[in-house]
Amino acid sequence: MSREQAACISVRGVTRKFGDKEVLHGITLTVRSGEIFGLLGPSGSGKTTLVKMLAGIDKATGGEIDVLGTRMPKLEMLSRIGYMAQSDALYAELTARENLAFFGPLYGLRGGRLKTRMREAMELVDLTAHLNRPVSAYSGGMKRRLSLAIALLHEPEVLILDEPTVGIDPVLRKSIWDELESLSRRGTTVIVTTHVMDEAGKCHRLGMLRGGRLIAEGTPEALKAASGAASIEEAFLHYGGVRA
Amino acid sequence: MRVRALIVRIIRQFIHDKRTLALLIIVPLVVLSLIYLVFDGDTYQPKIGAVQVPDPITQHLVEHHAEVTVYGSAEDAEQALAGREIDAIVRMDAGAPRVKLEGSDPSKNRAAMAVIQAAMQDLAVLQSRAGAVTLPAFEYLHGGPDMSAFDSLSPVLIGLFAFFFVFLIAGVSFLRERTSGTLERLLATPLRRWEIVAGYTAGFGLFTSLQAVLIAGYAVGALGSLMVGSFGYVLLIMLLLSLTALSLGTFLSAFADTEFQMIQFIPLVIVPQVFFSGLFDLENISPWLRWLSHVTPLKYGADALRDVMIRGEGWSAIAREVFILLGLALVFMAANVLALRKHRKI
Repeated sequence: MSREQAACISVRGVTRKFGDKEVLHGITLTVRSGEIFGLLGPSGSGKTTLVKMLAGIDKATGGEIDVLGTRMPKLEMLSRIGYMAQSDALYAELTARENLAFFGPLYGLRGGRLKTRMREAMELVDLTAHLNRPVSAYSGGMKRRLSLAIALLHEPEVLILDEPTVGIDPVLRKSIWDELESLSRRGTTVIVTTHVMDEAGKCHRLGMLRGGRLIAEGTPEALKAASGAASIEEAFLHYGGVRA
Repeated sequence: MRVRALIVRIIRQFIHDKRTLALLIIVPLVVLSLIYLVFDGDTYQPKIGAVQVPDPITQHLVEHHAEVTVYGSAEDAEQALAGREIDAIVRMDAGAPRVKLEGSDPSKNRAAMAVIQAAMQDLAVLQSRAGAVTLPAFEYLHGGPDMSAFDSLSPVLIGLFAFFFVFLIAGVSFLRERTSGTLERLLATPLRRWEIVAGYTAGFGLFTSLQAVLIAGYAVGALGSLMVGSFGYVLLIMLLLSLTALSLGTFLSAFADTEFQMIQFIPLVIVPQVFFSGLFDLENISPWLRWLSHVTPLKYGADALRDVMIRGEGWSAIAREVFILLGLALVFMAANVLALRKHRKI
């Protein structure tokens, strides 16, 4: 398959310092076009710092990041990337419709196209019935889904999701994963961070992060096989230097 | 296009958040009314106790609107003075009047002294049988004998309110954009940093302009504040003053991490400006402090507003202030665009 060949994101020797403290130590990894790439690691391992740099919000202290063949950060690239932050960045006093109607035009969507995309995105996250409710009346899971809808709104080529399924019930979580799978089949590259081990198993390939270092990279099956582990969790412990 | 989306969003947020809209629009009018009621009341009528004072003096005191109480003995009068029933005692001592003031309230002291002096002057004129004592005739270049304390304060006050409420609301809103994570989300879109600042300025500017028009219109139209010059100039100065407050508030919010820290800027940024704005006479302030007045936007706004409203001056008198305010607003906006670099380098 061609997806095995083309690199969508290339991270080479990336470090990130905050003041004197280095939180990412020389990360090198490749995300291929059209795959679902999972960044697995506990909280504080540097997942969010890394995806912010992929999304072009933050700049690496050292090393290089290329997205779709362009050196990041670059403003023009931001319209080709969809980003969903870890915290729900929504305007609570506005309705869901008003939130979408705000973010859409920022990506150049307008008129009938904006309307169509708003409807499609809200159907996808199953929020159509709550379109006109203020976000302040939403539950945590609903806010997560609305954030996802906003990230999908402009049909980005690269979708970066920071802990997308926190607080979402299992049924909806499955439908979101089905949708990510279908986006991936249509050629969208998806990067997902998670600390939930069983969710990591659904990714095509995984990068394991611990203490700001990439401790392993590969398909879930390959990682399990190479470490002789029965589960992703055991594999993570193996690569993390802890023998289970 | 993108700036327009920001403006529309800010308008929608205001429509949903009626309370903030009320703080911006109604509260300044209420506070202004209260100040009007406090300062525009009739002049204070001093209460004067008379002890063995000849009748003509008492009559003239009453003519000058003093409330005169005649006491039989000095002890009674002293007691009334100590009990703060009266503001001053007038008694005759070897043919000359002696006045004892209660003394703890300067404004009451002044009122009592003014009435007593006026009464004595009247008597002196009468006794000299006309003409021997010539009294000065007073003319006014600006204002007039009927100008009230409110007339002189109102240019400063309307400027202050326009500045203060806009500073607070714009600062806190922009800060919330950061604390709620929406600023980071905005910076993940292709929105440029200057577009964020421009959108905020324009979106908030709509409401602050409305506020400026209402405050100035209310002070002049409803409260009858002295208004000699052109109302158009007043609006221009008010708009620039709120634009400066808007840009300063959003810029300073970059240095606050919480709403609480934003509130801490009030004693640091707003209160000193009030001192230098002309509410207090600063002729005798130490020179080393006076330079501070040159960096406070409110002073320029208040000076220009006074020139127009009280002295009826035109463009040539306020041009300098107008350009300084405009310059300050542009500097703060540019600083804000730079401050956003902290969150996204490009």
